[in-house]
Amino acid sequence: MAAVILDVTIRRKAYPGAREPVLADLSFRLGENEIVAVVGPSGCGKTTLLRLIADLDQGYEGKILWPGQKGRPRLGFVFQEPRLLPWRTVWENLALVLPPGQEGAAEALLRRLGLWAACNAYPNQISLGMARRVAIARAFAIAPALVLLDEPFASLDAGNAELARAVLREAWEARPTAALLVTHDLTDAAALADRVLMLAGHPSHISADIIIPSHKRRGDRETIQTVAAHLRECQEKGAISAS
Amino acid sequence: MAWLAASPLLPPASRVVQAMLQLAWHGDLLANLGITLLRVAGAFSLAMVVGAAMGLALGVSRRLDLAFDSWLTVLLNLPALVSIMLMYVWFGLNEPTAIIAVALNKLPSTAVTLREGARTLDRGLLEMARCYRMGRWAVLRHVVLPQLTPYFFAAARSGLAIIWKIVLVVELLGRSNGVGFAIEQYFQLFDVTDILAYTLAFILVVQAIEWGVWQPMEHWVNRWRR
Repeated sequence: MAAVILDVTIRRKAYPGAREPVLADLSFRLGENEIVAVVGPSGCGKTTLLRLIADLDQGYEGKILWPGQKGRPRLGFVFQEPRLLPWRTVWENLALVLPPGQEGAAEALLRRLGLWAACNAYPNQISLGMARRVAIARAFAIAPALVLLDEPFASLDAGNAELARAVLREAWEARPTAALLVTHDLTDAAALADRVLMLAGHPSHISADIIIPSHKRRGDRETIQTVAAHLRECQEKGAISAS
Repeated sequence: MAWLAASPLLPPASRVVQAMLQLAWHGDLLANLGITLLRVAGAFSLAMVVGAAMGLALGVSRRLDLAFDSWLTVLLNLPALVSIMLMYVWFGLNEPTAIIAVALNKLPSTAVTLREGARTLDRGLLEMARCYRMGRWAVLRHVVLPQLTPYFFAAARSGLAIIWKIVLVVELLGRSNGVGFAIEQYFQLFDVTDILAYTLAFILVVQAIEWGVWQPMEHWVNRWRR
C-alpha cells in the first residue's frame, strides 16, 4: 500500500439525546490516491463518518490523524445535495474556493468534464444531474489531498448517474487523489473503488474490508457486475475477508 | 366644507405644484432639501450598517440574543421624541447628535428584521464554506449576505420612510436649516400651501429613490432567480 494519508480511529460517536452510539470501535487507514467505498444500509452512520473526517462534527471519542501532513489537508467534499451557491455562476462557485493559482487547472478540468459550456449559468438554470457533476468538479478542482463523496449519485436517474460516475472517474484520472465514497449501492462501489469497507451492526463497525483485485478495478460493465455480486455475497455473509 | 375648500387652508393641487416650483427656483427649497437628504443619508447608513450587524450577531448567537433581547424591546418602544430630546440634552445641539438620534430610532427595527433573516441561514451552505476553507470575509460576502437581501430590502424601504419623517422632527427641534426647519416657519404663518409644497417635493424625491435606486438594485441582486 502507498503512504498512509489518513488514519481514523473512532472509539465512540453518539448524538446527544440518543441512547445508543451510531459508530463504535471503527478504525481504518487510507492510502495516497486510494479510492475507498464505504457501504452500508441507510442510517448506519456513513454520513456521520464523513462529517467527522471533514471536522464538521467534533463530538466524538477517538482520533483522526493525517500522517505526513501539517494538520488537516485540503479536502474536497461532495455533499448529498450539490450545495452550490445559487446566486453565483457555476464558474464563480468554483473560483470562490480555489487555492491561488489553480484557475487554469480548474478551467481545464471543467472543459474535460464537458461542463465548460455551463460556466456562466446559475445553478438553478442547470439540471440536478449537471449540478451534481459541477459539485464533483469543484471537489477535485481545489487540488485536494482527499475527496469525500456522500452518495453523489443518489436521486439521479440511471442515465444521469452513469454520466456522474463517468465524470468522477474522469476527474480522478485528471487529478488522482485519495477518495472516500459513501454509498448504499454496491454497483457504485464495484465501479469505482479500489477497496470496500462494509459497515454493519448497531452501533456500526467495519464488518468487512475488501480489496478489489487490481485487474478488476473500474472495469467494463460485466466486470462491475461480477465484482458487485461478490460484494453482495460478502455483505450477506457479513464475514470479514480480505480477498 | 365649502368654506374650507375656498380658504387658503386647503389649496388646490395646482397651487401646491406652482408653489413648489416657485420655492425651488427662487426660494431655498433645494438647499433645505439637500441638507435634509444628507442627514437622511447619514442616519440611514448608520442605522442600516449597525442594525444589520447587530441583527446578524443576534440571529447567529443564542447567547447574545438572550442578553440583548429586552434591550431591543426597550429601544423599539422608546418614543422618537424622547430619544431625540435626551440626545440633544446629553450631547448638545449639533449635527452628529442629530444624525445619531435619528439612526437610534431605526436601528432596532433593522436589527429585528435582519435577526429573522440570520435565523433562516442555510446551514448546508455554511458547512460547505467551512469545508472549502472560505475566509470570513468571503463567507460574509458570498454566502451570508446574498441570503439576507430580501430582509435587507424590507428594512431599507420601511427605514427610509421612517427616517425622513424623524429627520424632520430633529430639524424642527434643534436645527436651523432643512425641510423640518422650513416647515416650522410656514407653520408659524399658517401657510398650508408651502407646507404641502415641501411635502410634495420630498415625496417626489423618495419615489425617485424607489425607482432609481431600490428597484434597479433589487433587480441586479436577484438576477440569479429564474
